[in-house]
Amino acid sequence: MQVEKFYYDNKTVKWFAYAVLVWAVVGMLAGLWASIELFYPAINLGMPATTFGRMRPVHTNAVIFAFVGNGIFMGVYYSLQRLCKARMFSDLLSKLHFWGWQAIIMTGAITLWLGKTSGKEYAELEWPIDIAITIVWVIFGINMFGTLIKRREKHIYVAIWFYIATWVTVAMLHIVNSIELPVTMWKSYSWYAGVQDALVQWWYGHNAVAFFLTTPYLGMMYYFLPKAANRPIYSYRLSIIHFWSLIFIYIWAGPHHLLYTALPDWAQSLGVVFSVMLIFPSWGGMLNGLFTLRGAWDKVKEEPVLKFLVVAITCYGMATFEGPMLALKNVNAISHFTDWTIAHVHVGALGWNGFLTFGVLYWLIPRMWNTTLYSKKLAGTHFWIGTIGIILYVVPLYWAGFTQSMMWKTFTEEGQLKFQFLETVTHVIPMYVTRSLGGTLYLIGTLIMVYNLCKTIAKGQFVANEAAEAAPLAQVVPTHGRSHWHRWIEKRPMQMLVFSLIAVLIGGFIELVPTFLVKSNIPTISSVKPYTALELHGRDIYVREGCYLCHSQMIRPFRDEVARYGEYSKAGEFVYDHPFQWGSKRTGPDLARIGGKYPDSWHYNHLLDPQSMSPGSIMPSYVWLFDHEVDTVITYKMIRSMQTLGVPYAEGYAERANEDLVKQEQSIKATLKGDKISTSQNKEIVALIAYLQRMGQDIKAAPKEQTAATNDGHAVMGN
Amino acid sequence: MKFINYLEKIGGVSIYGMASLFIFGAFFLGMLVWAIKADKGMIEEIRQIPLD
Repeated sequence: MQVEKFYYDNKTVKWFAYAVLVWAVVGMLAGLWASIELFYPAINLGMPATTFGRMRPVHTNAVIFAFVGNGIFMGVYYSLQRLCKARMFSDLLSKLHFWGWQAIIMTGAITLWLGKTSGKEYAELEWPIDIAITIVWVIFGINMFGTLIKRREKHIYVAIWFYIATWVTVAMLHIVNSIELPVTMWKSYSWYAGVQDALVQWWYGHNAVAFFLTTPYLGMMYYFLPKAANRPIYSYRLSIIHFWSLIFIYIWAGPHHLLYTALPDWAQSLGVVFSVMLIFPSWGGMLNGLFTLRGAWDKVKEEPVLKFLVVAITCYGMATFEGPMLALKNVNAISHFTDWTIAHVHVGALGWNGFLTFGVLYWLIPRMWNTTLYSKKLAGTHFWIGTIGIILYVVPLYWAGFTQSMMWKTFTEEGQLKFQFLETVTHVIPMYVTRSLGGTLYLIGTLIMVYNLCKTIAKGQFVANEAAEAAPLAQVVPTHGRSHWHRWIEKRPMQMLVFSLIAVLIGGFIELVPTFLVKSNIPTISSVKPYTALELHGRDIYVREGCYLCHSQMIRPFRDEVARYGEYSKAGEFVYDHPFQWGSKRTGPDLARIGGKYPDSWHYNHLLDPQSMSPGSIMPSYVWLFDHEVDTVITYKMIRSMQTLGVPYAEGYAERANEDLVKQEQSIKATLKGDKISTSQNKEIVALIAYLQRMGQDIKAAPKEQTAATNDGHAVMGN
Repeated sequence: MKFINYLEKIGGVSIYGMASLFIFGAFFLGMLVWAIKADKGMIEEIRQIPLD
């Protein structure tokens, strides 16, 4: 057959690689900054944008969507072309994809710094950006499937399956979790409320880890590891089993983020079972990667690329062993809400995603610039500094998480809680300092890499269009043995897309549908009422400042939590919460029942100068809330939006909401005045106090039998 | 405090758990059988694709 000559597009890969380098440094700097704020709050410079509650989403979004996101596209655009023996479908789409994604990242970072957030972890970006993400993702999809359709290789290699599953599942997760009602240009309310919102969010959150941080990187492992080691993957059969069982199981495991919460028990159990099963495909994949290097370990000693890949795959194995363990209820009872979770995700982020990206960069850049790496020695230095950085980062946090959890749960012989919450925080501060040290080392390693790669680029000659040759796809393909359904599918990208979608849809449906269909599933408590206009403004401020990133609103049915915070949380308490604010980390105490615990003046002084009320506290001052005014112009729209979402405000409340707001404000100002504090008109601090004082109050008014009847079946557990 | 379980409130919720395990089990077995029986020549050919 006539061999065709064509050219691989390296230019798009180059741009994505540059973006990876830039966003790696930015994302890690933001993380380092946020981590220092946990022991030295004043480093927020007294500005809203650089306070922990806003820096933390900037860090997570920058690392996940900017650093890893561009890493995915870099890896896909390079390997897909080679595996298909075809240039990318359209240079224009490649360009639109690249610049569209960078525009999303820039807008995302700016809006997050400005406090424009939907208040859902890892999905904070507001609705206009959500739409832009959808459009760019579709562009990426057309470009990918277009390439697959015009490919010159009949088989679709397993790496591409992972890319297809990534594309289809991320699209589904993003759309379902981002259904929100726009209130203004940069503000929206989640369509779902309370328990439903929590379930959708963690179905998304868990699978964002699975299908954004894991499957595309596994695809890259299956391509770049054989390339770098110059030997085929250990077992291709195992990779098939790995792929299908991984994507099939992953999607069910989301509820393990909500163990012991007000989420229905059956959903929690489903999450646990599938999380435990997840260890098998994950380890299958890890072993497949490591066994590929059997008999080639001498190469690993010499070659920095392989060193990075080996540590990445090992960290993948560690994180995916730990994940199912953390999903066990008895382990989760200790780990949840502590720094243990942070340590766990950083084994994945720094080890798996970070090191795999570095390995691929060290391999790709010399090849695309037709040269050799500037300095192998520097790459080796990066490897060791990075590895020590990871250890110094995660070990203190495991220790901190475990220690803090034990301190929370310790009672004196008289049956009193032994430690104040603040004592458990100040105790782990040395661990926070060590963590930042580990993070600094990791960042230094990354900077060494940037230098090394810049030098490599300087001495090489970039090959924008790499020449290649291959025969076009034959119409009749030779068959090997008996024809089979899987052979049929693995040559057809569109059918692969449909089958992957079905595999993930089954899990998604069974997990989500019962919670949505069965009304009795969300017990309502008659005394739980919608928020007043002022409280709703206060709640929006709470979301804007990212309070949920340090304070949970979910009291689990444990003896110590009930003793410390009050009666455990019921599903019926959250029915008007768009979005839910349960949180996932307790750097500060739980706030579900903070209402009425302290006088208004305490909150006033505490938000102005936290250390004056709680000496040693690591909470930053929110001094700007005392100057900013509540935007009463949008009160009407806020209430109307809530009504659209089904929150039962009285007829005509939207029209008189601002009158009600002023009335409630006056009463709070009056109590503040009683404590010799005078505030001027319409300040945000008063709205926030109104919200804080409302939290957990409704249920106290409920008749005892009603809360008992609507509880979720938990008896309070000892520790 | 009364001990009321969600499982009692959702009619036949256990079917979800059982169905999910069954669906996965059947799917997994089918795939396993295929992967084991797949033609050696073809597997080897695909395995070499990245190195071509």
